[in-house]
Amino acid sequence: MSRDVLVFMESCGAQMRRSSLQALSEGRRVADGLGSKLYALLSGSAVADLAAGLAAQGPDTVLVAEHEILGHYHPEAFASVLAAAVRKTGSAYVLLSATALGRDLAARAAAKLDAGLASDCIEVEISDGAVRVKRPVYSGRAVATARFATTPAFATLRPNAFPVAEISGRNPAVETLSAELDLAKVRARTVEVKAGEGGETDISEASVVVAGGRAMKGPENFGLIRDLARALGGAVGASRAAVDAGWIGHQCQVGQTGKVVAPGLYIACGISGAIQHVAGMSTSRVIVAINKDPEAPIFKLADYGIVGDLYEVLPKLTEEVCRLKGE
Amino acid sequence: MKIAVCIKQVPDTEAKIKIGADGRSIDDAGVNLVVSPFDEYAVEEALRLREKHGGEIVAYAVGDDRAATALRTVLAMGVDRAVHLKDAAFEGSDGLGISRILSAALRLDSFEMVLFGKQAVGTDRGQVGPRVAELLDLPHVSVVVALSVEGGRLRAEREIEGACEVVESPLPAVITAQKGLNEPRYASLKGILAAKKKEIRVMGAADIRLDPSTVGASGAAEVWEKLELPPGRTGGKILKDMDPASAAKELVRILREEAKVI
Repeated sequence: MSRDVLVFMESCGAQMRRSSLQALSEGRRVADGLGSKLYALLSGSAVADLAAGLAAQGPDTVLVAEHEILGHYHPEAFASVLAAAVRKTGSAYVLLSATALGRDLAARAAAKLDAGLASDCIEVEISDGAVRVKRPVYSGRAVATARFATTPAFATLRPNAFPVAEISGRNPAVETLSAELDLAKVRARTVEVKAGEGGETDISEASVVVAGGRAMKGPENFGLIRDLARALGGAVGASRAAVDAGWIGHQCQVGQTGKVVAPGLYIACGISGAIQHVAGMSTSRVIVAINKDPEAPIFKLADYGIVGDLYEVLPKLTEEVCRLKGE
Repeated sequence: MKIAVCIKQVPDTEAKIKIGADGRSIDDAGVNLVVSPFDEYAVEEALRLREKHGGEIVAYAVGDDRAATALRTVLAMGVDRAVHLKDAAFEGSDGLGISRILSAALRLDSFEMVLFGKQAVGTDRGQVGPRVAELLDLPHVSVVVALSVEGGRLRAEREIEGACEVVESPLPAVITAQKGLNEPRYASLKGILAAKKKEIRVMGAADIRLDPSTVGASGAAEVWEKLELPPGRTGGKILKDMDPASAAKELVRILREEAKVI
Protein backbone atom coordinates (compact mmCIF):
# COMPACT_ATOMS: atom_id res chain seq x y z
CA MET A 1 0.00 0.00 0.00
CA SER A 2 1.54 3.27 -1.13
CA ARG A 3 1.92 6.07 1.35
CA ASP A 4 3.07 8.61 -1.20
CA VAL A 5 2.01 12.21 -1.04
CA LEU A 6 0.83 14.38 -3.92
CA VAL A 7 0.48 18.16 -3.74
CA PHE A 8 -1.58 20.11 -6.25
CA MET A 9 0.28 23.29 -7.21
CA GLU A 10 -1.78 26.36 -8.04
CA SER A 11 -0.30 29.02 -10.23
CA CYS A 12 -1.46 32.56 -10.62
CA GLY A 13 -0.37 33.91 -13.98
CA ALA A 14 3.28 32.94 -14.42
CA GLN A 15 3.87 32.48 -10.68
CA MET A 16 3.21 29.79 -8.13
CA ARG A 17 0.88 30.81 -5.36
CA ARG A 18 2.85 31.14 -2.15
CA SER A 19 0.23 29.08 -0.32
CA SER A 20 0.93 26.21 -2.74
CA LEU A 21 4.62 26.40 -1.83
CA GLN A 22 3.53 26.19 1.81
CA ALA A 23 1.48 23.08 0.99
CA LEU A 24 4.41 21.54 -0.91
CA SER A 25 6.77 22.17 2.03
CA GLU A 26 4.28 20.50 4.35
CA GLY A 27 3.98 17.67 1.81
CA ARG A 28 7.75 17.14 2.05
CA ARG A 29 7.54 16.98 5.83
CA VAL A 30 4.66 14.47 5.68
CA ALA A 31 6.39 12.31 3.05
CA ASP A 32 9.58 12.29 5.14
CA GLY A 33 7.55 11.32 8.20
CA LEU A 34 6.01 8.43 6.29
CA GLY A 35 9.20 7.51 4.47
CA SER A 36 7.45 7.95 1.16
CA LYS A 37 7.69 9.86 -2.10
CA LEU A 38 6.46 13.37 -2.78
CA TYR A 39 4.85 14.35 -6.06
CA ALA A 40 3.96 17.87 -7.15
CA LEU A 41 1.29 18.31 -9.82
CA LEU A 42 1.43 21.34 -12.09
CA SER A 43 -1.50 21.79 -14.41
CA GLY A 44 -2.24 24.61 -16.78
CA SER A 45 -1.92 25.71 -20.37
CA ALA A 46 1.81 26.45 -20.15
CA VAL A 47 3.28 25.52 -16.79
CA ALA A 48 6.29 23.30 -17.59
CA ASP A 49 8.65 26.22 -16.96
CA LEU A 50 7.48 26.42 -13.36
CA ALA A 51 8.70 22.90 -12.55
CA ALA A 52 12.31 23.90 -11.90
CA GLY A 53 11.17 26.53 -9.41
CA LEU A 54 9.74 23.87 -7.11
CA ALA A 55 13.09 22.18 -6.34
CA ALA A 56 13.57 24.10 -3.09
CA GLN A 57 10.42 22.59 -1.59
CA GLY A 58 11.77 19.14 -2.29
CA PRO A 59 9.38 17.12 -4.49
CA ASP A 60 10.84 13.85 -5.80
CA THR A 61 8.83 14.16 -9.00
CA VAL A 62 7.02 17.01 -10.66
CA LEU A 63 4.13 15.93 -12.86
CA VAL A 64 3.25 18.37 -15.60
CA ALA A 65 -0.22 18.27 -17.15
CA GLU A 66 -0.61 20.75 -19.95
CA HIS A 67 -3.67 21.38 -22.08
CA GLU A 68 -4.91 24.52 -23.68
CA ILE A 69 -8.19 24.33 -21.77
CA LEU A 70 -6.36 24.31 -18.42
CA GLY A 71 -5.46 28.00 -18.81
CA HIS A 72 -8.51 28.89 -16.74
CA TYR A 73 -10.00 26.99 -13.82
CA HIS A 74 -12.85 24.74 -14.95
CA PRO A 75 -13.76 22.37 -12.09
CA GLU A 76 -14.51 19.31 -14.20
CA ALA A 77 -11.29 19.57 -16.23
CA PHE A 78 -9.05 20.11 -13.21
CA ALA A 79 -10.76 17.37 -11.21
CA SER A 80 -10.16 14.90 -14.06
CA VAL A 81 -6.47 15.79 -14.19
CA LEU A 82 -6.00 15.61 -10.42
CA ALA A 83 -7.86 12.31 -10.11
CA ALA A 84 -5.79 10.89 -12.98
CA ALA A 85 -2.58 12.00 -11.25
CA VAL A 86 -3.62 10.38 -7.97
CA ARG A 87 -4.49 7.13 -9.76
CA LYS A 88 -1.30 7.12 -11.82
CA THR A 89 0.98 7.71 -8.84
CA GLY A 90 -1.08 5.64 -6.44
CA SER A 91 -0.72 8.49 -3.93
CA ALA A 92 -2.32 8.00 -0.53
CA TYR A 93 -2.43 11.61 0.64
CA VAL A 94 -3.36 14.56 -1.52
CA LEU A 95 -2.72 18.09 -0.29
CA LEU A 96 -3.98 21.38 -1.71
CA SER A 97 -3.91 24.89 -0.36
CA ALA A 98 -7.38 25.91 0.89
CA THR A 99 -7.75 28.69 -1.68
CA ALA A 100 -10.97 29.28 -3.61
CA LEU A 101 -9.64 26.96 -6.31
CA GLY A 102 -8.13 24.41 -3.93
CA ARG A 103 -11.27 23.99 -1.86
CA ASP A 104 -13.46 23.60 -4.94
CA LEU A 105 -11.12 21.23 -6.73
CA ALA A 106 -10.44 19.05 -3.67
CA ALA A 107 -14.15 18.41 -3.16
CA ARG A 108 -14.84 17.42 -6.75
CA ALA A 109 -11.70 15.30 -7.16
CA ALA A 110 -12.26 13.56 -3.80
CA ALA A 111 -15.77 12.64 -4.94
CA LYS A 112 -14.33 11.14 -8.13
CA LEU A 113 -12.10 8.89 -6.05
CA ASP A 114 -14.61 8.17 -3.27
CA ALA A 115 -12.08 9.74 -0.94
CA GLY A 116 -12.34 11.58 2.36
CA LEU A 117 -11.46 15.25 2.56
CA ALA A 118 -10.47 17.28 5.61
CA SER A 119 -10.98 20.98 4.87
CA ASP A 120 -8.91 23.97 5.96
CA CYS A 121 -6.41 22.14 8.17
CA ILE A 122 -3.96 24.06 10.35
CA GLU A 123 -1.74 21.15 11.38
CA VAL A 124 -0.74 17.72 10.07
CA GLU A 125 0.66 15.17 12.53
CA ILE A 126 2.37 11.91 11.71
CA SER A 127 2.76 9.35 14.42
CA ASP A 128 3.31 5.61 14.07
CA GLY A 129 2.81 5.92 10.34
CA ALA A 130 -0.68 7.41 10.71
CA VAL A 131 -1.62 10.85 9.41
CA ARG A 132 -3.85 13.06 11.52
CA VAL A 133 -5.02 16.58 10.83
CA LYS A 134 -6.26 19.36 13.02
CA ARG A 135 -8.94 21.72 11.79
CA PRO A 136 -10.78 24.56 13.49
CA VAL A 137 -14.55 23.99 13.60
CA TYR A 138 -17.55 25.82 15.03
CA SER A 139 -16.08 29.15 13.98
CA GLY A 140 -12.79 28.46 15.72
CA ARG A 141 -14.50 27.72 19.02
CA ALA A 142 -13.27 24.12 18.85
CA VAL A 143 -10.50 22.19 17.13
CA ALA A 144 -11.11 18.72 15.69
CA THR A 145 -8.37 16.11 15.32
CA ALA A 146 -9.24 13.74 12.51
CA ARG A 147 -7.70 10.64 11.00
CA PHE A 148 -8.48 9.07 7.67
CA ALA A 149 -10.18 5.69 7.61
CA THR A 150 -9.35 5.13 3.96
CA THR A 151 -6.88 6.25 1.31
CA PRO A 152 -6.56 8.08 -0.93
CA ALA A 153 -7.41 10.95 1.40
CA PHE A 154 -7.47 14.66 0.66
CA ALA A 155 -6.68 17.63 2.90
CA THR A 156 -6.77 21.33 2.15
CA LEU A 157 -4.35 23.45 4.17
CA ARG A 158 -5.16 26.92 5.46
CA PRO A 159 -2.99 29.50 3.65
CA ASN A 160 -0.24 30.96 5.86
CA ALA A 161 -0.75 28.32 8.56
CA PHE A 162 2.30 26.41 7.26
CA PRO A 163 5.78 27.81 6.55
CA VAL A 164 7.64 27.61 3.25
CA ALA A 165 10.77 25.50 3.71
CA GLU A 166 13.82 25.90 1.51
CA ILE A 167 15.92 22.82 0.84
CA SER A 168 19.00 23.03 -1.35
CA GLY A 169 20.54 20.46 -3.64
CA ARG A 170 17.35 18.77 -4.75
CA ASN A 171 16.72 18.08 -8.37
CA PRO A 172 13.26 16.64 -8.97
CA ALA A 173 12.43 14.44 -11.93
CA VAL A 174 9.93 16.04 -14.30
CA GLU A 175 7.33 13.82 -15.94
CA THR A 176 4.54 14.62 -18.33
CA LEU A 177 1.07 13.56 -17.35
CA SER A 178 -1.03 13.32 -20.46
CA ALA A 179 -4.20 15.24 -19.75
CA GLU A 180 -6.77 13.14 -21.54
CA LEU A 181 -9.81 15.31 -21.26
CA ASP A 182 -13.26 14.69 -22.58
CA LEU A 183 -14.08 18.27 -23.51
CA ALA A 184 -17.80 17.49 -23.74
CA LYS A 185 -17.60 16.78 -20.01
CA VAL A 186 -16.11 20.21 -19.26
CA ARG A 187 -19.48 21.89 -19.00
CA ALA A 188 -19.02 24.68 -16.45
CA ARG A 189 -16.40 26.98 -17.96
CA THR A 190 -14.74 30.12 -16.73
CA VAL A 191 -15.24 32.64 -19.53
CA GLU A 192 -13.69 35.68 -17.88
CA VAL A 193 -11.65 36.66 -14.82
CA LYS A 194 -12.44 40.12 -13.51
CA ALA A 195 -9.59 41.61 -11.52
CA GLY A 196 -10.40 42.96 -8.09
CA GLU A 197 -10.29 46.59 -7.06
CA GLY A 198 -6.94 48.27 -7.54
CA GLY A 199 -4.94 45.05 -7.68
CA GLU A 200 -4.47 45.05 -3.90
CA THR A 201 -3.21 41.92 -2.18
CA ASP A 202 -6.04 39.61 -1.18
CA ILE A 203 -6.40 39.40 2.58
CA SER A 204 -6.27 35.60 2.60
CA GLU A 205 -2.78 35.68 1.09
CA ALA A 206 -1.32 38.70 2.87
CA SER A 207 1.32 38.28 5.57
CA VAL A 208 0.00 41.36 7.39
CA VAL A 209 -3.67 42.33 7.70
CA VAL A 210 -4.87 45.59 9.24
CA ALA A 211 -8.62 45.48 9.83
CA GLY A 212 -11.16 48.10 10.81
CA GLY A 213 -14.49 47.65 12.55
CA ARG A 214 -17.54 49.52 13.66
CA ALA A 215 -15.45 52.25 15.30
CA MET A 216 -14.29 53.40 11.86
CA LYS A 217 -17.66 55.20 11.67
CA GLY A 218 -17.60 55.64 7.89
CA PRO A 219 -15.79 54.83 4.64
CA GLU A 220 -13.66 57.96 4.79
CA ASN A 221 -11.84 56.81 7.92
CA PHE A 222 -10.62 53.60 6.30
CA GLY A 223 -7.80 55.78 4.96
CA LEU A 224 -6.19 55.42 8.39
CA ILE A 225 -6.31 51.63 8.03
CA ARG A 226 -5.01 51.75 4.46
CA ASP A 227 -2.09 53.97 5.46
CA LEU A 228 -0.93 51.56 8.15
CA ALA A 229 -1.49 48.54 5.89
CA ARG A 230 0.58 50.18 3.16
CA ALA A 231 3.37 51.05 5.57
CA LEU A 232 3.50 47.40 6.70
CA GLY A 233 3.15 45.99 3.17
CA GLY A 234 -0.12 44.38 4.19
CA ALA A 235 -3.76 44.19 3.15
CA VAL A 236 -6.90 45.89 4.43
CA GLY A 237 -9.53 43.84 6.23
CA ALA A 238 -12.81 44.68 7.90
CA SER A 239 -15.36 43.32 10.32
CA ARG A 240 -18.85 42.37 9.25
CA ALA A 241 -20.24 45.54 10.84
CA ALA A 242 -18.08 47.71 8.58
CA VAL A 243 -18.93 45.68 5.47
CA ASP A 244 -22.66 45.56 6.18
CA ALA A 245 -22.64 49.32 6.72
CA GLY A 246 -21.28 49.62 3.19
CA TRP A 247 -18.02 51.29 4.21
CA ILE A 248 -15.84 48.75 2.43
CA GLY A 249 -16.31 45.84 -0.01
CA HIS A 250 -17.32 42.32 0.97
CA GLN A 251 -14.00 40.97 -0.37
CA CYS A 252 -12.33 42.57 2.66
CA GLN A 253 -14.56 40.91 5.25
CA VAL A 254 -12.83 38.71 7.79
CA GLY A 255 -14.97 36.24 9.71
CA GLN A 256 -17.58 33.58 9.58
CA THR A 257 -19.41 34.94 6.55
CA GLY A 258 -16.26 36.45 5.10
CA LYS A 259 -12.74 35.14 4.68
CA VAL A 260 -10.57 33.14 7.02
CA VAL A 261 -7.09 34.60 7.31
CA ALA A 262 -3.98 33.47 9.18
CA PRO A 263 -1.36 36.17 8.56
CA GLY A 264 1.83 36.57 10.57
CA LEU A 265 0.45 39.80 11.97
CA TYR A 266 -3.20 40.79 12.36
CA ILE A 267 -4.05 44.25 13.67
CA ALA A 268 -7.69 44.68 14.72
CA CYS A 269 -8.66 48.33 14.98
CA GLY A 270 -11.92 49.30 16.61
CA ILE A 271 -13.14 45.70 16.41
CA SER A 272 -14.81 44.37 19.55
CA GLY A 273 -14.03 40.72 18.85
CA ALA A 274 -17.42 39.10 18.28
CA ILE A 275 -17.36 35.35 17.62
CA GLN A 276 -18.19 35.94 13.96
CA HIS A 277 -15.03 37.98 13.52
CA VAL A 278 -12.77 35.81 15.66
CA ALA A 279 -13.72 32.79 13.49
CA GLY A 280 -11.88 34.44 10.62
CA MET A 281 -8.64 35.46 12.31
CA SER A 282 -8.00 33.46 15.49
CA THR A 283 -5.22 31.38 13.94
CA SER A 284 -3.18 34.45 12.99
CA ARG A 285 0.33 34.17 14.40
CA VAL A 286 0.45 37.52 16.22
CA ILE A 287 -2.73 39.43 17.04
CA VAL A 288 -2.72 43.10 17.95
CA ALA A 289 -5.83 44.94 19.15
CA ILE A 290 -6.39 48.66 19.25
CA ASN A 291 -9.59 49.63 21.01
CA LYS A 292 -10.93 52.34 23.26
CA ASP A 293 -12.81 49.87 25.44
CA PRO A 294 -10.43 47.98 27.78
CA GLU A 295 -13.19 45.37 28.29
CA ALA A 296 -13.51 44.54 24.57
CA PRO A 297 -13.30 40.73 24.09
CA ILE A 298 -10.63 41.21 21.41
CA PHE A 299 -8.09 41.95 24.17
CA LYS A 300 -8.55 38.41 25.52
CA LEU A 301 -7.34 37.08 22.20
CA ALA A 302 -4.65 39.67 21.54
CA ASP A 303 -0.94 39.07 22.03
CA TYR A 304 -0.43 42.82 22.17
CA GLY A 305 -2.76 45.73 22.40
CA ILE A 306 -3.24 49.40 22.95
CA VAL A 307 -6.18 50.74 24.88
CA GLY A 308 -6.76 54.03 23.19
CA ASP A 309 -8.52 56.05 20.54
CA LEU A 310 -7.66 54.59 17.15
CA TYR A 311 -7.97 58.04 15.54
CA GLU A 312 -5.02 59.14 17.65
CA VAL A 313 -3.10 55.87 17.75
CA LEU A 314 -3.21 54.80 14.09
CA PRO A 315 -1.50 57.88 12.61
CA LYS A 316 1.25 57.57 15.22
CA LEU A 317 1.67 53.88 14.48
CA THR A 318 1.92 54.53 10.74
CA GLU A 319 4.45 57.26 11.39
CA GLU A 320 6.50 55.00 13.63
CA VAL A 321 6.46 52.11 11.13
CA CYS A 322 7.48 54.43 8.28
CA ARG A 323 10.30 55.81 10.39
CA LEU A 324 11.50 52.30 11.18
CA LYS A 325 11.30 51.14 7.58
CA GLY A 326 13.07 54.28 6.43
CA GLU A 327 16.06 53.50 8.62
CA MET B 1 -38.01 25.15 -13.47
CA LYS B 2 -37.64 22.45 -10.87
CA ILE B 3 -35.17 23.42 -8.15
CA ALA B 4 -33.69 21.50 -5.23
CA VAL B 5 -32.13 23.31 -2.31
CA CYS B 6 -30.10 21.37 0.26
CA ILE B 7 -29.90 22.82 3.75
CA LYS B 8 -28.33 21.92 7.07
CA GLN B 9 -29.38 22.65 10.60
CA VAL B 10 -26.47 23.96 12.68
CA PRO B 11 -25.88 25.43 16.17
CA ASP B 12 -26.61 29.14 16.32
CA THR B 13 -23.39 30.97 15.48
CA GLU B 14 -23.48 32.72 18.87
CA ALA B 15 -23.99 29.48 20.82
CA LYS B 16 -21.51 28.46 23.46
CA ILE B 17 -19.72 25.30 22.40
CA LYS B 18 -19.49 22.47 24.90
CA ILE B 19 -17.53 19.32 24.16
CA GLY B 20 -19.67 16.18 24.43
CA ALA B 21 -19.01 13.29 26.81
CA ASP B 22 -17.45 11.23 23.99
CA GLY B 23 -14.77 13.92 23.53
CA ARG B 24 -15.31 13.78 19.78
CA SER B 25 -18.40 15.88 19.16
CA ILE B 26 -20.22 18.83 20.64
CA ASP B 27 -22.89 18.57 23.27
CA ASP B 28 -25.73 20.35 21.51
CA ALA B 29 -28.37 19.73 24.18
CA GLY B 30 -30.20 22.98 24.74
CA VAL B 31 -28.28 24.73 21.96
CA ASN B 32 -30.38 26.91 19.68
CA LEU B 33 -30.33 25.38 16.18
CA VAL B 34 -30.74 27.41 13.01
CA VAL B 35 -30.61 27.01 9.23
CA SER B 36 -26.94 27.46 8.29
CA PRO B 37 -26.59 31.11 7.18
CA PHE B 38 -25.14 30.33 3.74
CA ASP B 39 -28.07 28.01 3.04
CA GLU B 40 -30.42 30.97 3.44
CA TYR B 41 -28.76 32.60 0.42
CA ALA B 42 -29.38 29.37 -1.52
CA VAL B 43 -33.06 29.30 -0.50
CA GLU B 44 -33.52 32.96 -1.40
CA GLU B 45 -31.93 32.41 -4.81
CA ALA B 46 -34.24 29.44 -5.42
CA LEU B 47 -37.25 31.62 -4.59
CA ARG B 48 -36.06 34.31 -7.00
CA LEU B 49 -35.52 31.75 -9.76
CA ARG B 50 -39.05 30.44 -9.24
CA GLU B 51 -40.45 33.98 -9.29
CA LYS B 52 -38.81 34.50 -12.67
CA HIS B 53 -39.14 31.10 -14.30
CA GLY B 54 -42.00 29.44 -12.42
CA GLY B 55 -41.73 25.87 -11.19
CA GLU B 56 -41.27 24.09 -7.91
CA ILE B 57 -38.72 24.16 -5.07
CA VAL B 58 -37.96 21.09 -2.95
CA ALA B 59 -35.78 21.41 0.15
CA TYR B 60 -33.63 18.52 1.44
CA ALA B 61 -32.02 18.13 4.83
CA VAL B 62 -30.14 15.26 6.45
CA GLY B 63 -30.60 15.13 10.21
CA ASP B 64 -32.40 13.78 13.24
CA ASP B 65 -35.95 14.77 14.31
CA ARG B 66 -34.83 18.33 15.07
CA ALA B 67 -33.94 19.01 11.41
CA ALA B 68 -37.68 19.14 10.65
CA THR B 69 -37.69 22.59 12.27
CA ALA B 70 -35.09 23.83 9.76
CA LEU B 71 -37.18 22.46 6.89
CA ARG B 72 -40.27 24.16 8.34
CA THR B 73 -38.32 27.45 8.40
CA VAL B 74 -37.52 27.31 4.69
CA LEU B 75 -41.05 26.16 3.86
CA ALA B 76 -42.19 29.34 5.59
CA MET B 77 -39.83 31.36 3.38
CA GLY B 78 -41.71 29.92 0.37
CA VAL B 79 -40.21 26.53 -0.50
CA ASP B 80 -42.97 24.23 -1.85
CA ARG B 81 -42.21 20.93 -0.15
CA ALA B 82 -39.45 19.19 1.75
CA VAL B 83 -37.66 15.86 2.11
CA HIS B 84 -36.26 14.99 5.53
CA LEU B 85 -33.53 12.37 5.21
CA LYS B 86 -33.59 10.67 8.56
CA ASP B 87 -32.14 7.32 9.52
CA ALA B 88 -30.05 6.11 12.47
CA ALA B 89 -27.62 4.87 9.83
CA PHE B 90 -26.98 8.47 8.67
CA GLU B 91 -25.64 9.61 12.03
CA GLY B 92 -21.94 10.42 12.16
CA SER B 93 -21.61 10.92 8.40
CA ASP B 94 -18.69 12.99 7.10
CA GLY B 95 -18.75 15.07 3.89
CA LEU B 96 -18.41 11.90 1.84
CA GLY B 97 -21.41 10.28 3.56
CA ILE B 98 -23.66 13.34 3.43
CA SER B 99 -23.01 13.72 -0.28
CA ARG B 100 -23.85 10.06 -0.84
CA ILE B 101 -27.14 10.46 1.05
CA LEU B 102 -28.13 13.66 -0.76
CA SER B 103 -27.20 12.41 -4.21
CA ALA B 104 -29.13 9.17 -3.67
CA ALA B 105 -32.21 11.20 -2.73
CA LEU B 106 -31.81 13.77 -5.52
CA ARG B 107 -31.41 11.00 -8.08
CA LEU B 108 -35.00 9.86 -7.43
CA ASP B 109 -36.24 13.14 -8.83
CA SER B 110 -35.11 15.38 -11.65
CA PHE B 111 -33.95 18.97 -11.15
CA GLU B 112 -32.66 21.73 -13.38
CA MET B 113 -30.89 23.47 -10.53
CA VAL B 114 -29.53 22.12 -7.24
CA LEU B 115 -28.54 24.82 -4.75
CA PHE B 116 -26.40 24.64 -1.60
CA GLY B 117 -24.83 27.10 0.82
CA LYS B 118 -21.08 27.33 0.19
CA GLN B 119 -20.42 25.59 3.51
CA ALA B 120 -22.25 24.64 6.69
CA VAL B 121 -21.33 27.00 9.47
CA GLY B 122 -19.87 24.77 12.18
CA THR B 123 -18.22 21.84 10.46
CA ASP B 124 -17.13 24.28 7.73
CA ARG B 125 -16.24 21.54 5.26
CA GLY B 126 -17.49 23.32 2.14
CA GLN B 127 -17.35 20.14 0.10
CA VAL B 128 -20.83 18.66 -0.15
CA GLY B 129 -22.06 20.82 -3.08
CA PRO B 130 -19.21 19.98 -5.50
CA ARG B 131 -19.23 16.36 -4.31
CA VAL B 132 -22.93 15.96 -5.06
CA ALA B 133 -22.36 17.52 -8.50
CA GLU B 134 -19.70 14.92 -9.24
CA LEU B 135 -21.84 12.04 -7.96
CA LEU B 136 -24.79 13.19 -10.07
CA ASP B 137 -22.51 13.90 -13.04
CA LEU B 138 -23.55 17.56 -13.14
CA PRO B 139 -21.45 20.69 -13.67
CA HIS B 140 -21.09 22.98 -10.66
CA VAL B 141 -20.07 26.50 -9.71
CA SER B 142 -19.17 27.17 -6.07
CA VAL B 143 -19.00 30.31 -3.89
CA VAL B 144 -21.37 32.19 -6.20
CA VAL B 145 -22.05 35.90 -5.65
CA ALA B 146 -24.13 36.60 -8.78
CA LEU B 147 -26.32 34.31 -10.86
CA SER B 148 -28.49 34.61 -13.95
CA VAL B 149 -30.32 31.81 -15.72
CA GLU B 150 -31.64 32.03 -19.28
CA GLY B 151 -32.46 29.55 -22.04
CA GLY B 152 -31.18 26.46 -20.27
CA ARG B 153 -27.84 28.05 -19.34
CA LEU B 154 -26.49 29.86 -16.34
CA ARG B 155 -23.93 32.60 -15.89
CA ALA B 156 -22.42 32.93 -12.44
CA GLU B 157 -19.75 34.98 -10.75
CA ARG B 158 -17.61 33.33 -8.11
CA GLU B 159 -15.21 34.90 -5.68
CA ILE B 160 -11.55 33.98 -5.87
CA GLU B 161 -8.50 35.62 -4.29
CA GLY B 162 -8.49 39.26 -5.33
CA ALA B 163 -10.67 38.64 -8.39
CA CYS B 164 -13.91 37.22 -9.64
CA GLU B 165 -14.43 34.37 -12.12
CA VAL B 166 -17.32 34.52 -14.56
CA VAL B 167 -18.51 30.99 -15.27
CA GLU B 168 -21.05 29.72 -17.80
CA SER B 169 -22.67 26.33 -17.74
CA PRO B 170 -25.55 24.41 -19.26
CA LEU B 171 -28.34 23.22 -16.95
CA PRO B 172 -28.90 21.09 -14.99
CA ALA B 173 -26.20 22.35 -12.66
CA VAL B 174 -25.20 22.67 -9.01
CA ILE B 175 -24.54 26.07 -7.39
CA THR B 176 -23.18 26.88 -3.94
CA ALA B 177 -24.17 30.28 -2.55
CA GLN B 178 -21.90 32.88 -0.94
CA LYS B 179 -22.85 35.99 1.00
CA GLY B 180 -23.50 38.81 -1.46
CA LEU B 181 -25.62 36.66 -3.79
CA ASN B 182 -28.82 38.19 -2.40
CA GLU B 183 -30.48 39.36 0.79
CA PRO B 184 -32.57 36.51 2.22
CA ARG B 185 -36.18 37.40 3.03
CA TYR B 186 -37.84 36.86 6.36
CA ALA B 187 -40.78 34.48 6.47
CA SER B 188 -44.11 36.33 6.50
CA LEU B 189 -46.85 35.42 8.93
CA LYS B 190 -48.79 34.06 5.96
CA GLY B 191 -45.77 32.00 4.99
CA ILE B 192 -45.40 30.60 8.49
CA LEU B 193 -49.06 29.57 8.54
CA ALA B 194 -48.87 28.07 5.05
CA ALA B 195 -45.73 26.11 6.00
CA LYS B 196 -47.68 24.15 8.60
CA LYS B 197 -49.72 22.55 5.83
CA LYS B 198 -46.81 21.79 3.48
CA GLU B 199 -45.48 18.29 3.06
CA ILE B 200 -42.28 17.10 4.76
CA ARG B 201 -41.60 13.62 3.49
CA VAL B 202 -39.36 11.52 5.73
CA MET B 203 -37.07 9.11 3.90
CA GLY B 204 -34.55 6.61 5.23
CA ALA B 205 -31.73 4.64 3.62
CA ALA B 206 -34.07 2.01 2.16
CA ASP B 207 -36.38 4.68 0.65
CA ILE B 208 -33.49 6.25 -1.25
CA ARG B 209 -31.98 2.85 -2.15
CA LEU B 210 -28.76 3.48 -0.27
CA ASP B 211 -26.56 0.84 1.34
CA PRO B 212 -26.50 2.05 4.96
CA SER B 213 -22.96 0.78 5.54
CA THR B 214 -21.60 3.35 3.04
CA VAL B 215 -22.73 6.28 5.19
CA GLY B 216 -22.85 7.28 8.86
CA ALA B 217 -19.96 6.62 11.21
CA SER B 218 -19.17 3.29 9.55
CA GLY B 219 -18.82 4.85 6.10
CA ALA B 220 -16.89 7.93 7.20
CA ALA B 221 -13.44 8.55 5.73
CA GLU B 222 -12.66 11.63 7.86
CA VAL B 223 -13.00 10.36 11.43
CA TRP B 224 -12.98 12.82 14.30
CA GLU B 225 -10.96 11.31 17.13
CA LYS B 226 -10.91 14.32 19.36
CA LEU B 227 -12.64 17.65 19.72
CA GLU B 228 -11.07 20.25 21.99
CA LEU B 229 -11.51 23.85 22.90
CA PRO B 230 -8.83 25.90 21.16
CA PRO B 231 -5.70 26.70 23.16
CA GLY B 232 -6.42 29.96 24.93
CA ARG B 233 -4.24 32.93 24.24
CA THR B 234 -3.48 34.45 27.59
CA GLY B 235 -1.09 36.95 29.01
CA GLY B 236 -1.34 39.42 26.18
CA LYS B 237 0.69 42.56 26.71
CA ILE B 238 -1.81 45.40 26.71
CA LEU B 239 -0.57 48.99 26.80
CA LYS B 240 -2.87 51.21 28.86
CA ASP B 241 -2.85 54.77 30.09
CA MET B 242 -0.11 55.83 27.70
CA ASP B 243 -0.19 58.79 25.37
CA PRO B 244 -0.78 57.70 21.75
CA ALA B 245 2.71 58.52 20.54
CA SER B 246 4.50 56.55 23.26
CA ALA B 247 2.08 53.64 22.98
CA ALA B 248 2.63 53.50 19.20
CA LYS B 249 6.37 53.66 19.64
CA GLU B 250 6.39 50.91 22.25
CA LEU B 251 4.10 48.66 20.18
CA VAL B 252 6.28 48.99 17.08
CA ARG B 253 9.36 48.21 19.19
CA ILE B 254 7.68 45.07 20.58
CA LEU B 255 6.49 43.90 17.17
CA ARG B 256 10.01 44.37 15.82
CA GLU B 257 12.10 43.06 18.69
CA GLU B 258 9.93 40.55 20.56
CA ALA B 259 7.39 39.26 18.06
CA LYS B 260 9.72 39.82 15.07
CA VAL B 261 6.83 40.33 12.68
CA ILE B 262 7.81 43.69 11.19
